[in-house]
Amino acid sequence: MNDELVIEAHDLTRRFGDFTAVDRISFDVRAGEVFGFLGANGAGKTTAIRMLTGLLAPSGGQASVAGHDVYTESEAIKRDIGYMSQRFSLYEDLTVSENIRLYGGIYDLTDREIRGRTDRLLTRLGLQHIARSLVRSIPLGWRQKLAFSVALLHEPAIVFLDEPTSGVDPITRRQFWELIYEAASAGTTVFVTTHYMDEAEYCDRVSIMTAGAIGAMGTPGDLKKQFGVESVEDVFVKLARPGDARVPGSAAP
Amino acid sequence: MSDAVVVRDVVKRFGSTTALAGLSFSVRDGELFGFIGPDGAGKTTLFRIMATLLVPDGGTVTVLGRNVVAELWTLRTRVGYMAGRFSLYSDLSVEENLRFFASVFGTTLEREYEQIAPIYTQLEPFKDRRAGALSGGMKQKLALCCALVHQPEILFLDEPTTGVDAVSRREFWDLLGRFKASGLTTIVSTPYMDEAKRCDRVALIDRGRLLAVDSPAAITSSFGRPLLAVRADDRYAALKALRRYPNTASVYPFGEALHFTDARPALAAADVARDVTGFLEAGGLGNVTVEPTAPTVEDSFMLRMGAPEGDEKGRAQAE
Repeated sequence: MNDELVIEAHDLTRRFGDFTAVDRISFDVRAGEVFGFLGANGAGKTTAIRMLTGLLAPSGGQASVAGHDVYTESEAIKRDIGYMSQRFSLYEDLTVSENIRLYGGIYDLTDREIRGRTDRLLTRLGLQHIARSLVRSIPLGWRQKLAFSVALLHEPAIVFLDEPTSGVDPITRRQFWELIYEAASAGTTVFVTTHYMDEAEYCDRVSIMTAGAIGAMGTPGDLKKQFGVESVEDVFVKLARPGDARVPGSAAP
Repeated sequence: MSDAVVVRDVVKRFGSTTALAGLSFSVRDGELFGFIGPDGAGKTTLFRIMATLLVPDGGTVTVLGRNVVAELWTLRTRVGYMAGRFSLYSDLSVEENLRFFASVFGTTLEREYEQIAPIYTQLEPFKDRRAGALSGGMKQKLALCCALVHQPEILFLDEPTTGVDAVSRREFWDLLGRFKASGLTTIVSTPYMDEAKRCDRVALIDRGRLLAVDSPAAITSSFGRPLLAVRADDRYAALKALRRYPNTASVYPFGEALHFTDARPALAAADVARDVTGFLEAGGLGNVTVEPTAPTVEDSFMLRMGAPEGDEKGRAQAE
């Protein structure tokens, strides 16, 4: 981790009609940091991530991601970030190497780069023997690790992971986190959401959104001290309890 | 005490995939019983069989004293089932969904109001809202109301808390606690291992087989070896170091610490702690603490599950 800032957000805001989904959030993320982005369902996480990944224009405030402005340089942001979610990551009807090739092509890698990176990626994961297998036929745990590596194929400055370990067995879940640590120690910034509260403890810093705002932010240790509790889950519950009592209409559309 | 569910050697295959590889267990009347396991473990297949929605390839399944295949029609109206995926009508309002499910079971919302009131009163202000426009937590509560509206004698809830934030999950389990107090047998599945402690008994399920069926306390106390929580300034460096430590049986991140077991089974926890501390400090790690910790259901699950699917070889080489 160094002091270079990969995400800078100041008063970032998004309104839908008269509903403010994200309400003036401000935070920085450093290069190589593992940043946990937590919050209750409907707190505004998805809207914030869509702005940071260049998919949704903000209504107000400023933000830059990988040095690009979210208003004017959203295409450059998309090129310089990686993205992976539990719901969608790889094409099941393509083989492992076809998926890698497709993503490499999308990010304008040359054939030679794709070949070299495919070999390195499969060797590192120990998956050379399934290069020609359809993704649908390989175990979920492998798929998730593969999806993560594919999201890093174009060597992005930052990778956004949206509940990457949802439903994955506890051993594979931890192997996945070791891949995250490895990427972060190589300088990649990791921006991750999760509903597994123990995973929040694995992050360098976490922010917890409630009702469109950032209710708390800091290292897991500092947050626990600040709230006088034993775990990040308890911090989350303390913070989110009032937010959770809100009416469903306040959830992001 | 009688058994609400008795399952003997149930097998289910889909093509060449064996979803359930001969499971046997029983659930007592009035129990809050949890199936804990990852995606692909067979939870949904098992729930659909118990809820009379899927016919097993082998074995027998009895729910409320009736065979789920032969006595399907006398059983169907007595069970409540909430599917893992949101499966209500998105284009119908909250109230219309409830009325629909009530009428399918030959009753009315008015007649059953009291049964669902504890949950429905939270939804009632939005009864005209389309179900598809509800937040995740509210959808769940509506689905639960729909599963309860015909006053079932047993409730099957397939992953009701998946993808739901930690606060809503707690509230949902509080609700299940209330069902238990009212005597309703409730069988619930979850991928979140920490929810096991809310159940009377749990079955740990992985790749179509049961790893254990017992109370959460019995499952954790059967861990059977000292478990240590290791903390250091640089956790990733400590993890990598302990991977190289010759006495490591297992080491993995757990919450804010690492959980460690030693390969020398007879060694007392205090001696393990001393050795591990010495090893890490000699490796240059700062602020090392190593102390015994109580195993959780998740620790037990990992101990029992062995290598993840496809990883058998890779792990054997790594260890």
